[in-house]
Amino acid sequence: MSETIKISPLTRIEGHASIAIHLDDAGEVADTKLHIMSLRGFEKFVEGKPAEELPRIVNRICGICPWHHHLASNKAVDGCFGVTPPPAGNKLRELMHTIAHAEDKLLHFFFLAAADFVLGPNTDYQARNVIGLAKANPDLAGKVVRMRQKAKMLLERFAGKAIHPVAGVTGGFAKPMTEEDRTDMLAQVQELLDFALFTMDFAKNTVFPQYLDLIQSLGKIQTGFMGTVDDAGGLSLYEGKIRLMRPDGTYDDFAPEAYTEHIGEHVADHSYAKIPYAKSWQEGVSMDLDRPKGMYRSNCLARMNVVDSIPTPKAQAELEEFRERFGRPAQATMLYHWARLIEEVYACEHALQLLQDQDILDPNVRTQAEPKAGRGVGCVEAPRGTLIHDYSTDENGLITRANMIVGTTHNIGPMNMSVHQAASSLIHGGEVNEEILNSIEMAVRAYDP
Amino acid sequence: MSIQVAEEWLNACSGCEICLLDMGERLLEVLEHLDFVHIPVLMDHKYYGQTGREKHLSVPKADVGIISGGIRNEEHLEVAKAMREQCDVIVALGTCATHGGIPALGNSWTSEEILDRYYHTESTDPCRQYPSNGVPPLLDRTYALDEKIAVDMYLPGCAPHPDQVYAAIMAVVQEQTPQLAGLSVCDTCPTQREGKGDLKRLRRFLQNAKYTPEEPLDHMRCLLEQGLLCMGPVTRAGCGGEAGTPRCIAARVPCRGCYGPVKPESNQMLDMLGALASNRVDIQSLPEYTSLLRFSGAHNLLHPKASKERS
Repeated sequence: MSETIKISPLTRIEGHASIAIHLDDAGEVADTKLHIMSLRGFEKFVEGKPAEELPRIVNRICGICPWHHHLASNKAVDGCFGVTPPPAGNKLRELMHTIAHAEDKLLHFFFLAAADFVLGPNTDYQARNVIGLAKANPDLAGKVVRMRQKAKMLLERFAGKAIHPVAGVTGGFAKPMTEEDRTDMLAQVQELLDFALFTMDFAKNTVFPQYLDLIQSLGKIQTGFMGTVDDAGGLSLYEGKIRLMRPDGTYDDFAPEAYTEHIGEHVADHSYAKIPYAKSWQEGVSMDLDRPKGMYRSNCLARMNVVDSIPTPKAQAELEEFRERFGRPAQATMLYHWARLIEEVYACEHALQLLQDQDILDPNVRTQAEPKAGRGVGCVEAPRGTLIHDYSTDENGLITRANMIVGTTHNIGPMNMSVHQAASSLIHGGEVNEEILNSIEMAVRAYDP
Repeated sequence: MSIQVAEEWLNACSGCEICLLDMGERLLEVLEHLDFVHIPVLMDHKYYGQTGREKHLSVPKADVGIISGGIRNEEHLEVAKAMREQCDVIVALGTCATHGGIPALGNSWTSEEILDRYYHTESTDPCRQYPSNGVPPLLDRTYALDEKIAVDMYLPGCAPHPDQVYAAIMAVVQEQTPQLAGLSVCDTCPTQREGKGDLKRLRRFLQNAKYTPEEPLDHMRCLLEQGLLCMGPVTRAGCGGEAGTPRCIAARVPCRGCYGPVKPESNQMLDMLGALASNRVDIQSLPEYTSLLRFSGAHNLLHPKASKERS
């Protein structure tokens, strides 16, 4: 007899989603749906607001990655008003962006995902979480909590507010960095880098080896990838051109302003979130596992696939090893976890690079702007993918139109596919237990939605 | 003794949940006193049974229910009611829960207008109908929590400061009611106020405030007196936590009101316009007024008709 299994809410992710698994009379998976359950309507309600206020409004799109929305928004407003931040203002923004990346990845790996690996997917749900992890391994938990707090406090001490930041402003940054600030940060970021390297080794030596089969198979699908690269094709999280790679590894690079030529958004009946697809491939949109069309992925695995190299030494060495083992582009969904830790190393190394640059101390951090009519597209690599804010203003500098494509959104289609792949391979004859359902969720959790 | 806690996020961004984690090592201390029975951000308790075969949504019984976010759709409402039923005490965590928060800016439009824009952006393919399969219908607007269920305790902030969350939790552990000071952000702001001055107009925040970076905050002149809109006078204090210094001011940036009104039932927009007018500042120098209610537009303060009359 056919029935529907509901995994609701999806847990240890950011946001509101559920999975419906429809079983046929034989208890096999007939259909799956990943429902994205909420819609707030930022695109509409920012209309009429002074553009310079938007970076302090749209950061509420996400409390885990508010810095990235804040900065993409600042860039879009700069575009509307036609201002360019002075070099130090831009560097300070990039530093905040980079440290926020470092904090975010620690949060995901240890607080949200690790319980599945360190404790195991079949652990009872009441213990399969960071609280259970803290009981099982208090030393590690203490260290993790301290390190994540360190990254967060770095942001707060320098920029006032860490959740829903305010220090990025139209035309630059609200305050310059003093030598005292820098000395403090350098020491702390060095500690974060040491911890990032420890985490990488810990994962490679004690966590991932136990799950290599699962890593290679769970939620595995074939898609293209999207990420941002610098002029040399190197990894760049803060600015650059967007690279859209096909499943066969060929790619096109384009400026963020041209995003509407390359990306379309499909409206699906079962999800408030839209489903982006590669319009420029001219093959339409389909989430069919055997013949997907237009499907590409974002976030750290995508970035590891699209870049030619990583411009910091330790992360580059990790990338080389990763490619050696898994090829390019690597398609296994669970490799997101591995890629995330490589990026953690890069973020810490790059934050050090920025802090070691004498020019970051220049007191000229903001170019004065005047409200005017214009359009601006602000784009950064948020932890969850290429984040696009596109605004237009009237002659008073009030917002007339806004469009946003959020990092996680790029992965909605692929997550639907991964859920279907995982459910179809794990559920047979109507047999469903908690471990199976959590494993299906792990296929989503890897994307860190 | 251990207190059972259920936590939920509704029309929220997860910032409030992150502020729980931002307690740092105090989190490990707190976990010794609390027994979480449901918290979707961290833990895998499910609404429809652990194997997804139950027909009705349920959350476990708990001594304390913490809820972030306001109420925007049918599912939020269902979860809020289930939490109210199962928890002895309900805590509204964060300004979305207490006053609607940023999402309540959407209350200036109808739900149809919001859907029409989102599904017709320049990057969106034409669609015949909006999503309706397995997703909860929107309500007509964003509601603060206490517009739909009874709330016992309010902890505003966007996001609340971890110090306050920690203090509140420890108060609950000791069976006390956490006390929030009835002060304004200005009451806790160290910047120099020189009195009324001759400020006639406010300027938009398109150039930085005047201050010397190497000097501490108490050497900087009040940002409102510098001619920048600062919502400090009409905003509840607390964002600085134990240190006390308002967080945005610490970044040399004016307050925008994220802790909601000083008195929970006040209207931040009217209060601010009143404060400016009584100081003979030309309120026409503000580019628009709706943003003054950006954190507290629920409770029927922002609605579609009002926004159209103002535009």
